Amino acid sequence: MAEKTYQAGVKEYRDTYWEPNYTPKESDILACFKITPQPGVPREEAAAAVAAESSTGTWTTVWTDLLTDLEYYKGRAYAIEDVPGDDEAFYAFIAYPMGLFEEGSIVNMFTSIVGNVFGFKAVRALRLEDVRFPLWFVTTCPGPPHGIQVERDKMDKYGRPLLGCTIKPKLGLSAKNYGRAVYECLRGGLDFTKDDENVNSQPFMRWRDRFLFCQEAIEKAEAETGERKGHYLNVTASTVEEMFKRAEFAKEIGTPIIMSDYLTLGWAAHQSLSRWCRDNGLLLHVHRAMHGVIDRNPRHGINFRVLAKMLRAMGGDHLHSGTVVGKLEGDREATLGWIDLMRDKYVKEDRGRGIFFDQDWGQMPGVMPVASGGIHVWHMPALVSIFGDDSVLQFGGGTLGHPWGNAAGAAANRVALEACVQARNEGRELEKEGKEILTKAAEHSPELKMAMETWKEIKFEFDTVDKLDVSHK
Amino acid sequence: MSDIQDYSSRVSDPNSRKYGTFSYLPPMNEEQIRKQVQYIVDQGWNPAIEHTEPEFASSHYWYMWKLPMFGETDVDRILAEIALCKKANPGHHVRLIGYDNYKQTQGANMVVYVAPIEEKKLDMIELAAIVKGFGH
Repeated sequence: MAEKTYQAGVKEYRDTYWEPNYTPKESDILACFKITPQPGVPREEAAAAVAAESSTGTWTTVWTDLLTDLEYYKGRAYAIEDVPGDDEAFYAFIAYPMGLFEEGSIVNMFTSIVGNVFGFKAVRALRLEDVRFPLWFVTTCPGPPHGIQVERDKMDKYGRPLLGCTIKPKLGLSAKNYGRAVYECLRGGLDFTKDDENVNSQPFMRWRDRFLFCQEAIEKAEAETGERKGHYLNVTASTVEEMFKRAEFAKEIGTPIIMSDYLTLGWAAHQSLSRWCRDNGLLLHVHRAMHGVIDRNPRHGINFRVLAKMLRAMGGDHLHSGTVVGKLEGDREATLGWIDLMRDKYVKEDRGRGIFFDQDWGQMPGVMPVASGGIHVWHMPALVSIFGDDSVLQFGGGTLGHPWGNAAGAAANRVALEACVQARNEGRELEKEGKEILTKAAEHSPELKMAMETWKEIKFEFDTVDKLDVSHK
Repeated sequence: MSDIQDYSSRVSDPNSRKYGTFSYLPPMNEEQIRKQVQYIVDQGWNPAIEHTEPEFASSHYWYMWKLPMFGETDVDRILAEIALCKKANPGHHVRLIGYDNYKQTQGANMVVYVAPIEEKKLDMIELAAIVKGFGH
């Protein structure tokens, strides 16, 4: 080091930050960016620039560079690949040394790797496609407050996906009428109902009234059905103090699960809430409102698989994952990829599912993916097949829109779900035989029969905007 | 309105109680139960049988019938244990579990026999005890 001398001026990034012969270490944080460079900027230079700007680099050399070991601290672009079907953009793989980041801090890590670099002029657009958290980092993060197995034990539900419903209209109901809608859903056979993401404490329904009426609905439905029930009470608020006040009250009245909007709430507040949930025995449902702003553009932003990995590390027991089949965006293979990342202990690289790195989660518990949005009984066979047992299937309109009301809508969904699980266990192919399975089940359930007549024509066939990159040639 | 069907579930009617997975379907016949047992065996799970008096069905812990049948893969033997449990505990609900020891959970849990329950009139105090949430 001592032989280095200080030379002021601007250097090409690739001289320092492009190392095609570098072998990533087990302890490195790895990132795959999709880079759309400005015209005329060579790929290596653009990749090196991203590595530099997301780690130690600044636009010019400074004398204090020589007071540290920049060779250690720098991010390194170590590989470049074509993006299938895209002549302009390319993938750049960057390795960051462990010493760059604070232990257990998603906030710190992402302030670096998706920080200023995203506004950097040398690239026209930039998207973080995937990250690899090394095991040392995973073990310093809190992870889900309880995880899938503990939730099953607490709620006493096994061998099938859980069923939920978001109460609608999402805004404008009084607390008592809202509680009525909750009660009807739960007595009809749902496991959970849910506050919508923007239900906080508006003038038409203050939080405390909602919490109390919903809790009464839960307790009466439990007494009536003998099954355990919950309603995700959204404790998202404008300040952390207010959020904890609501969470404490939820605990005091004995409710089993609360909810947060982790992107609008902010990651630090969310991680605090998640720790509180583990300490206080409440499950935590997590909504991803605002994710579309971040993850939908195929060339810019952060892929949802990264947002999902961040949430697992910060903590949450449920996370909305898209439905594949409903009204909201979601490519099938990509969705299968990120639900693996939410639930499994070890996920192998699988480009067919958009997974760029092996990810070892050690002993960190998994998160239940939540499929919600524009789904109804006819989607049930596909949903059970796609999501498997460790998931929450949420039918909002598909429960509340039943011509006989919420309890009938809930019963229809529960019967459809159980019929599909039974058939799957018998070795039948759900996506092929779905219609037959549901029709047979409806013979014993007038509620299901009615639901099938009501919704049979509805389809959602718009094309997905954010597709996996596949070759068009 | 006459087309709309009422949802007939009552706190006061013990027959309104549900018992988890498959309790919204008609009771399974022997052939159907056999297929579910086969599924548990095929997954490599350990079968187990539990039973309870209907009034305590919502408890996490039912009575174990002997011990879980670790490593048992003979479907007929598992079915025979279900029959033995049922015979030894008349008036009890019986459920079948598949323990997944790798995931540390129950991969399957289903009631395979629901004992008939007489509808009994509950007085107000008993009802209030069931619905503990009254009076917020």
